[in-house]
Amino acid sequence: MINRRNRKIKKILLLGSGAIRIGQAGEFDYSGSQAIKALKEEGIKTILVNPNIATIQTSDYLADKVYFLPIDTFFVEKVIKKEKPDGILLGFGGQTALNVGVDLAKKGILKKYNVEVLGTPIDSILSTEDRDLFVKKIKEINLKVPISKAVISVDEAVKVAKKIGYPVMCRIAYALGGLGSGVAYNKKQLIELTKKAFSYTNQILIEEYLSGWKELEYEVVRDRYNNCIVVCSMENFDPMGIHTGESIVVAPVQTLTSSENFKLRSIAIQVIRHLKVIGECNIQFALDPKSEDYRIIEVNARLSRSSALASKATGYPLAFIASKLALGYSLIEIENIITKETSACFEPALDYVVLKFPRWDLQKFRKVSSSLGSEMKSVGEVMAIGRTYEEALQKAIRMLDVGMKGLVCNDLIFNDLEKELKEPTDKRMFAITEAIKKGYSIEKINELTKVDSWFLYKIKNIVEIEKKLQSNSLIKISSSLLKDAKQKGFSDLQIAILTNCKELDIRSKRKKLGIVPCVKQIDTLAAEYPAKTNYLYLTYNGNFDDIFSKEKNQVIVLGGGAYRIGSSVEFDWCCVNSISTLRNLKYKTIMINCNPETVSTDYDICDKLYFDELTFERVLDICDKENPLGVIISMGGQIPNNLALPLHNSNVKILGTSPINIDNAEDRHKFSKLLDELNIDQPEWKELSSIEAAEEFAKKVGYPVLVRPSYVLSGAAMSIALSSHELKKYLKKASEINKEHPVVISKFITGAKEIEIDAVAKKGILYCYAISEHVENAGVHSGDATMVLPPQRTYLETMRRIKIIAKKTAKSLDITGPFNIQFIAKDNDVKVIECNLRASRSFPFVSKVFKINFVDLATKIIMGKRVNNIDRSSFDLDYVGIKAPQFSFTRLKGSDPVLGVEMASTGEVACLGDDFNEAFIKSLISVGFKLPQKTILLSTGPIDSKMEFLESSKKLSELGFKFYATKGTADFLKENGLDADILHWPLDKIEPNTLSYISNKKIDLVINIPKNIEKEELDNDYLIRRKAVDFDVPLITNLQLAKRFVESISKVSSDDIKVKSWDEYN
Amino acid sequence: MDITTSKSRLILEDGSIFYGYSFGSKKSVSGEVVFNTGMVGYPESLTDASYRGQILVLTYPLIGNYGIPGYDKEDNLLRYFESDRIQVKGLVIADYSDRYSHWNAKKSLSEWLIEHDIPGLFGVDTRELTKKLRKKGTMLGKVLCNSNNISLDNPNKKNLMKEVSIKKPIIYKKGNKKIILVDCGTKNNIIRAFLRRNFSVIRVPWDYNFLDEKADGIIISNGPGNPKKCRQTIKNVKEALSKDTPILGICLGSQILALSTGANTYKLKYGHRGHNQPCIETGTKRCYITSQNHGYAVEAETLPEDWREWFYNSNDGTNEGIIHISKPFFGTQFHPEASPGPDDTEFLFDMFVRSIK
Repeated sequence: MINRRNRKIKKILLLGSGAIRIGQAGEFDYSGSQAIKALKEEGIKTILVNPNIATIQTSDYLADKVYFLPIDTFFVEKVIKKEKPDGILLGFGGQTALNVGVDLAKKGILKKYNVEVLGTPIDSILSTEDRDLFVKKIKEINLKVPISKAVISVDEAVKVAKKIGYPVMCRIAYALGGLGSGVAYNKKQLIELTKKAFSYTNQILIEEYLSGWKELEYEVVRDRYNNCIVVCSMENFDPMGIHTGESIVVAPVQTLTSSENFKLRSIAIQVIRHLKVIGECNIQFALDPKSEDYRIIEVNARLSRSSALASKATGYPLAFIASKLALGYSLIEIENIITKETSACFEPALDYVVLKFPRWDLQKFRKVSSSLGSEMKSVGEVMAIGRTYEEALQKAIRMLDVGMKGLVCNDLIFNDLEKELKEPTDKRMFAITEAIKKGYSIEKINELTKVDSWFLYKIKNIVEIEKKLQSNSLIKISSSLLKDAKQKGFSDLQIAILTNCKELDIRSKRKKLGIVPCVKQIDTLAAEYPAKTNYLYLTYNGNFDDIFSKEKNQVIVLGGGAYRIGSSVEFDWCCVNSISTLRNLKYKTIMINCNPETVSTDYDICDKLYFDELTFERVLDICDKENPLGVIISMGGQIPNNLALPLHNSNVKILGTSPINIDNAEDRHKFSKLLDELNIDQPEWKELSSIEAAEEFAKKVGYPVLVRPSYVLSGAAMSIALSSHELKKYLKKASEINKEHPVVISKFITGAKEIEIDAVAKKGILYCYAISEHVENAGVHSGDATMVLPPQRTYLETMRRIKIIAKKTAKSLDITGPFNIQFIAKDNDVKVIECNLRASRSFPFVSKVFKINFVDLATKIIMGKRVNNIDRSSFDLDYVGIKAPQFSFTRLKGSDPVLGVEMASTGEVACLGDDFNEAFIKSLISVGFKLPQKTILLSTGPIDSKMEFLESSKKLSELGFKFYATKGTADFLKENGLDADILHWPLDKIEPNTLSYISNKKIDLVINIPKNIEKEELDNDYLIRRKAVDFDVPLITNLQLAKRFVESISKVSSDDIKVKSWDEYN
Repeated sequence: MDITTSKSRLILEDGSIFYGYSFGSKKSVSGEVVFNTGMVGYPESLTDASYRGQILVLTYPLIGNYGIPGYDKEDNLLRYFESDRIQVKGLVIADYSDRYSHWNAKKSLSEWLIEHDIPGLFGVDTRELTKKLRKKGTMLGKVLCNSNNISLDNPNKKNLMKEVSIKKPIIYKKGNKKIILVDCGTKNNIIRAFLRRNFSVIRVPWDYNFLDEKADGIIISNGPGNPKKCRQTIKNVKEALSKDTPILGICLGSQILALSTGANTYKLKYGHRGHNQPCIETGTKRCYITSQNHGYAVEAETLPEDWREWFYNSNDGTNEGIIHISKPFFGTQFHPEASPGPDDTEFLFDMFVRSIK
């Protein structure tokens, strides 16, 4: 067949999506990486702009040039000017890339530099992005969108409502948190509601009420020849009203008849043809649960979270295909890479069911409500594959790694069950389960939750099995019940809990009875054609394995699971790189992971992909099937790390550092003892035995003290206690989080620097290392800190001491593989605060800054392969790398945007620069920080921090900034000869007020240093910070960060920033 | 509904046994075992007469979710079904939802199967079964619901058209233009497609001599089994080809059309059954996703001079449609009427209607 692709395109600019944040996560690393692969195959040069250094797409072997630069019009134009690409791809970097692309087009920049938009044309993008345009477009082809009309009076509202038909939704335009919204079932209620609403606002929206309608999504692909296919249909467990990112999603659709399903499919195709999308798009529908009536909710003319899910759910490589289509290919010219026999022009047939479950980390944020609605709060997701719904559901719940053992056997208490059902929270699935157990009828639950009864019946099935198991024991339990339970997704542990025995008792019993899972392939065609790839899952709903296992020379790498605060794309980078090294070393590689937003779950990355649970039981099952040489647990973060010891105790070979030593480092008690033995300094600590003892200890060493449980990532339940009152509160929280591992309290040292070492050791000998310093003082979680590599302000003596400690630790723990140690340093006093014998969050950062792949080296060392000595001079850099955190406070309404010992950032970026200042400014702009132009609001906290910031204040004044300040700060500035206009505290409710100045955009930057103790002031500070976040005004809350920022802007402006690609830094 | 948990099984002619649980009727049956990869539409599929004599395996595991709709009628046709009865001999699935949920459901799948005395088997490793059928080709098999054994029965030896076709003509009145529908086991949606376009439909038995009827177009419907068994229909169509009345053959109808031109048909190894079969229109870059259900195919190479291959399957290259170079004669191997399945090729009905002057 003749390839029709556009031959004049030789160089393409690809925009990434930047740092991971709520609503825009790892899925765009997947889509971007696939796009680059698809383009490389065509011999096209790719230029990538993405400051997210931890991504796979920014690897040296993918794009031809990588720019770790902010994704905004200003910088992208500079890149275009320099690189002169022929085309640009906008659909692979989420909303960020799309917005920049639209802006570039609108400003005529693409035209100016003759850059062609490949794939979906800009006009089509605009008609999906602009609501009015979209509605107009849909109406052109006589399809239905939700009816919505803005009204300005009660009378008008009544008129409109009559036209729409009751019930109607009454919504205040642009209101935060749905304030004043409500449903009116009749005229009387509407009048009441609108009267109230008009007291807040002068415009409200009257909309048709779709709450309780089914929500569905279709992934559609179109080529320039007008061929259209629908790759995947998805149904939300949660009805309309809950953001699809917050919804539990099933693929394919489950409760729709053929007629409904194909009707929506036809509409989807009509829409995409009318909009002239080329490539991939996602369309969302609402469907009446009592008829075939529907509404088109929205269209995303780009790769999305849903398309990543659809890709993984079906095995259809949407991003790869979309890239080829953008180049002008037709669908029939592209091969189905799974079967390698058929073309890409087909619609996958699934012979399994897929379930996506979002992961929330709401408890990490102060003041955030846990109820779900139209805003996305989840930080990651998992995908489970099964051959019954029950199996997929229970698998998914375990995959979340939030301590739930499945749908049942969890210790959850609901005080107000009915409310929980009516107003869903992240625990709604468990609330429904509880309601079923309590005897609520399915009709009643359906009425309260609007969840389709079919889903509820499935939950009931699980509850019924639970009941049967409860009346059994290990001896009594029949083979058929055991099998039934396994087929409904029960884990050995759940069965053990219900029958009062040990997990391993159940395992050995069922193995004796021949109840073992079987391996099935995902092949896109439901076995109609032979599949060539090994995209696998385990199920108890089958009797035969699809593949021949037990090949020789296999190594398993355990992935990182759901993205969450503290574990994100960086561990995916580690896993993918480790797999890639193993493949180069000619091992057969097996990847186990369950996160659909990752590159590690692309089945072409490894020899076998098990899209399955990262649990003890499942990993053992896979080991039983595959008989690998061993398992690498040091790349995927904390989940695999926690599995090391149990797997080791079950005779699974753990590759790398011994699990016994991993435990010695993880268990704070053991580790602290070890440090004492090695004569390495550490903050004074004590294991908690009683609250009294803890208080006594705190009194002895003096407050503040740090409370932390063992075996946690990202500082869950870690807190600094300033008083005995706080200490008691935190101890309680810490012991709730983890009952099996002890809680440790230690002296918290104020005013100290925090320094980290990322390293690889070989049989106890330090092989390579990178030392980075934090800009913020100790007390800010390392995941939220700004990291500098190489250190710019750390004494040589400190560095030397750190290296010695790393050497000693490596030796005593006999480390073989990656590790990370965190230190605090004051003067030249160095104390160890934490040690992890696994790859850390910063491995991709240090690897890419040094251009030495730590994971590659670690993997070679783990496998006992020779590695060459590293040339010392490669650590001597003429440039600086800065890693900056990305926060998602905007998304989390009400959350307090302040830094602490518990991690709160959702992602990060890193930029390179010729010096600290340049790199720092770049990295700040990359996480969405806008440099201040004229005005700064200062509220600089307690007197000592006011003092400390004085120099910086003077500098800002010299730079010509106008200050606004709260009373205390203004007085202090005046005493020191600086001018500031006083703004009143929020709670004073007097103008000129800080809040109104922020919301009226009279402030370019807020520097708010919290005071910590006093309750009232805390609330005032909180209100200022929150307002800044809500109105997108840059905010700095850390003193050190603020000082360094002032220093940097006094030396560098955005015009000074150089546009240099990664390879130009040598 | 009581689901007996006693072990029932499917035995294939090569001796392999697949165990499962019984639902629906407890009868033991024998037939040709075929698989369908569609993910929705069991009420439509089970009433599709092309499955006559076959034990249907659904590769999508979760079946029964939305129950079975009622027997509402529209234009004298059952609204939610493709014929008046369940046509499959037996149903084999992986996971059965006895508790269903849908606004228009009236009963469970099992209740419906019992009503029609059709046995069902669930809990089967349908993927393994499908792989076996793919590798070895379609096989005979039997569903045994109790210890009694029955012998294997090859439905293809029988004239299945006789079983599924109507006995006497039926007229569905709409507009003045008339279509003859030769019913070899037609799906209701073919009739609906013409009624929707305001054509009256004269549905005649498969062996009915329609040549003397006055009509504006002739449809030869889908149906079960080997097209070569439809000798009478082939004879009639051959004669119709000498005239100019537009003819459209669908599925079996297309095969009959081909046989009438003197071309050959053959049995596929395991057939095409599903909703995702990509068909390319010859000479273009257009590909359509189609609904299919057939075990035989036209051998395109044997078509006479004045016929062309119209569509071919992008997966395996088999013929998916034939067209006459000058006269309004068309045949599609796939189902433009869908139900269940995508309606991408529904426009072919419009095209056919346009050819009627």
